[in-house]
Amino acid sequence: MIGTHRHLTGLEELSREEILQVLDLATSMKEVLSRPLKKVPSLRGKLVVNLFFEASTRTRSSFEIASKVLSADAVNWTASSSSVTKGETLVDTARNLEAMRPDVLVIRHPCGGAPRLVADHVGCAVVSAGDGAHEHPSQGLLDCFTLREKLGTLEGKTIAVVGDISHSRVARSDLHSMPKLGAKMRLCGPPTMMPIGIERIGGCTVHHDLREAVEGADAVVMLRIQHERIGDPLIPGTREYSRLWGLNARKAAEWLKPECVILHPGPINRGVELSPEVADGPRSLILDQVQNGVAVRMAILYLLAGGSPEVHPAGGARS
Amino acid sequence: MSEASEVVFIEGGRVIDPASGLDAARTVVLRGGRVAEVAERVERPRDARAIDARGRWVTPGFIDAHVHLREPGQEYKETVETGARAAVAGGFTSVLAMPNTVPPNDSVAVTQLVLDRAARAGLARVYPVGCISKGQKGEELAEMGELFQAGCVAFSDDGKPVSSSGLMRRALEYARTFGAPLAVHEEDLQLVGKGVMNEGPAATRLGLKGNPAQAEEVMVSRDVALAELTGGRLHVCHLSTAGAVRAVRDAKARGLRVTAEVAPHHLALTDDDVARSGYDTDFKMAPPLRSEADRAAVQAALADGTIDCIATDHAPHTAVEKALEFDQALNGIIGLETAFPVCLALVRAGKLTERRLIEALTAAPARIFGLPGGTLAAGAPADVAILDPGAEWRCDPERLHSKSRNTPWKGTSMIGRCTHALVGGNLVYELARGER
Amino acid sequence: MSMDSEAIHRAMDRIAHEIAERAQENGGDLAIVGIRRGGVHLARRLQAQLASLLGKEPPLGTLDIALYRDDLSRSGAAPVVGPTEIRFPVEGKDILLVDDVLYTGRTIRAALDEIVDFGRPRRVWLAVLVDRGGRELPIAADFAGATVRVPAGEDVEVRLVEGGAPTDAVVIQPRGHA
Repeated sequence: MIGTHRHLTGLEELSREEILQVLDLATSMKEVLSRPLKKVPSLRGKLVVNLFFEASTRTRSSFEIASKVLSADAVNWTASSSSVTKGETLVDTARNLEAMRPDVLVIRHPCGGAPRLVADHVGCAVVSAGDGAHEHPSQGLLDCFTLREKLGTLEGKTIAVVGDISHSRVARSDLHSMPKLGAKMRLCGPPTMMPIGIERIGGCTVHHDLREAVEGADAVVMLRIQHERIGDPLIPGTREYSRLWGLNARKAAEWLKPECVILHPGPINRGVELSPEVADGPRSLILDQVQNGVAVRMAILYLLAGGSPEVHPAGGARS
Repeated sequence: MSEASEVVFIEGGRVIDPASGLDAARTVVLRGGRVAEVAERVERPRDARAIDARGRWVTPGFIDAHVHLREPGQEYKETVETGARAAVAGGFTSVLAMPNTVPPNDSVAVTQLVLDRAARAGLARVYPVGCISKGQKGEELAEMGELFQAGCVAFSDDGKPVSSSGLMRRALEYARTFGAPLAVHEEDLQLVGKGVMNEGPAATRLGLKGNPAQAEEVMVSRDVALAELTGGRLHVCHLSTAGAVRAVRDAKARGLRVTAEVAPHHLALTDDDVARSGYDTDFKMAPPLRSEADRAAVQAALADGTIDCIATDHAPHTAVEKALEFDQALNGIIGLETAFPVCLALVRAGKLTERRLIEALTAAPARIFGLPGGTLAAGAPADVAILDPGAEWRCDPERLHSKSRNTPWKGTSMIGRCTHALVGGNLVYELARGER
Repeated sequence: MSMDSEAIHRAMDRIAHEIAERAQENGGDLAIVGIRRGGVHLARRLQAQLASLLGKEPPLGTLDIALYRDDLSRSGAAPVVGPTEIRFPVEGKDILLVDDVLYTGRTIRAALDEIVDFGRPRRVWLAVLVDRGGRELPIAADFAGATVRVPAGEDVEVRLVEGGAPTDAVVIQPRGHA
């Protein structure tokens, strides 16, 4: 259980305390990753099934490693997004997998709400690994974790999220978590990529000018521009996008505070949203995010495979 | 429809018949399948059947201008018989059967089949609606003349819009021959794109693709212009947006032959309810549940007559077709058995008068589609609904009469219920005693 | 039975001397690991005492055994996981595991599993302030401040303050007592 939640389908439903519960635990989990023997027995005998309806080597591997470090068995199930006309429905698939008695079902799906649908039909814990443009809760948590680690706190910090907000589940999860930790959010992108009413989530401000959005920010989250959006027609092309909303060394030097850090959920389109100098530069926390992702996912799996939280037993009551 | 020779006295009820301007305690006498008289005090012959309607409303049987009966072709969702049974349980004694069956009703054979099934069921009167275009493909006109002669009362490609402006123009012109209205599903598919719910903050929060209100407004505006060009009769189906209300109001002010209907769900629910439901696909339909401002606009438009009538857009689907990702679930909800209580709530909220509510369910659709019912005037068909406006009940989908269960009101408590329905003087539905 | 600040101090002193003696006999490379949370304070005190007795401060680490517990699936609860910090190589060391109370032995079992995942120590000793009996595993303390039989329904509460204070105490009371 994360707080009162049996499943993790979004950060919208998590409170500040519940988010902090995961982040604090992730700190302990990160220590495990630095040990000579990167394995603890806590989820021995537990089965984690990764059900991926979208290709995602990065997130799937991260969950898989997290499972294995905790000694859980991890099985990957890659499926194509089915529809009723193609035979087996999502609910059918989930029930079939449940018959194999997993403890946690990690699901990535192109449709918003799919993890919730699965959670309604299975008995095991369900973790969303990203659903459509809805949420990507583990990414939101690892972004929070990475920023807390580097900035000390998110309290009073300003974080800019730049890119295709309308299609971004990462942006939504960041918006549902970072403000709960005290951060102020700025969103930036072309109007075609800015969904109606987004400012109602987390009290963010909306900008279309990159400089306005990133000046004075403590962190900038650059989102991936997906090639299928070009000619969608949300933007005319990557060249113009990169000139108007991409971050290169010159803009970073002129507009960003010296201590401002840069995040990206990956994989990067080098030369589109980020120039290589910035992506690989000292401000970039992209590789920290990858490492922290495993720790955060360990914390999520540990909490959801284990059950409800309890008060740490007093010394004498313990053995 | 077999006409009863029995004499029926409906006594002690409050008779609301907007068509004849009546709202008073009266006895309704039915004889030979017709309304014989509506009087304050009439002697009941010993052999006449009496229905005690004390504490109830007695109204003309409701007319639903927009129902999907799914027969032929999708009998696993609904049949003419089960749909007609759901209709009378909801107080609807006449329904218009939309043509998007499999195959679509673009032929006399399908029209005849629907009529035959309805006659065999002997429940509600079923009026087929024929296709505007052959196969609802939006390419060539369907044979409207033959369909009209076979019994179709209107034409529609419902389920999808007539995207071609040229075809729509010709359809409006051609249908003038018969005086039948074109009932149009108004969505600009380019603007809808892959949208699965109303575009707005709720869709943004859920990460679902939005379908903007303007997708409807653009098409209604186009068709109003084409109605002006052609002099044809345009009936806007399930109108859901403030913009479309403006377009219809403007068309009416200019004297164009434009009418409109609204569905109970667009009067009662908004896109925030989709968010609150947590991706419940029983909140998915086309057009989608709109914003609060749109809901307020359609409520006001119904009250002031800009929107003429209430039609359910009863759209049965099985659980398998609904227990899917929101993006992939089929559009539509059932509505026949919940329409009255859902709309009655508007009366309690002060948004609608009782008289206007009943008019929108009876006289208005009868007028638009040239149907014989919709009134309790002497000589009218003996189609009557008896309603208990104070009955409290819980909507249990398992106990509804429709073959499908896809209702957003599952498990909610409702006030107001049909207790009896008579068609041609025959009692075709009576709520079981103690039924809740 | 209970221990006041004075008694605790005396017991700690005695253990420290025994450990120092044993460490010197073995001539090994001593390191201390306190088991969270009750053992950490004690370990810190022992580190200071041993530093003066041995003339050299042994390195100190802390261990949280939550991830090594054997009752995760049974309890239906995910215990809070605190930090484990072992910043010295465990390989070849003489490890002194420190906890406040020794009871069933399951914590020590978990701690042994965890410590060997960090490397192969030359040997592991166990020091506790109170051995209350009631073992469920074949585990024994090498150094115990006090040995006492406590019924299963009672708790041994150890209250220690950083640096040692007159309020330090060991109290035995019925379970659930605040």
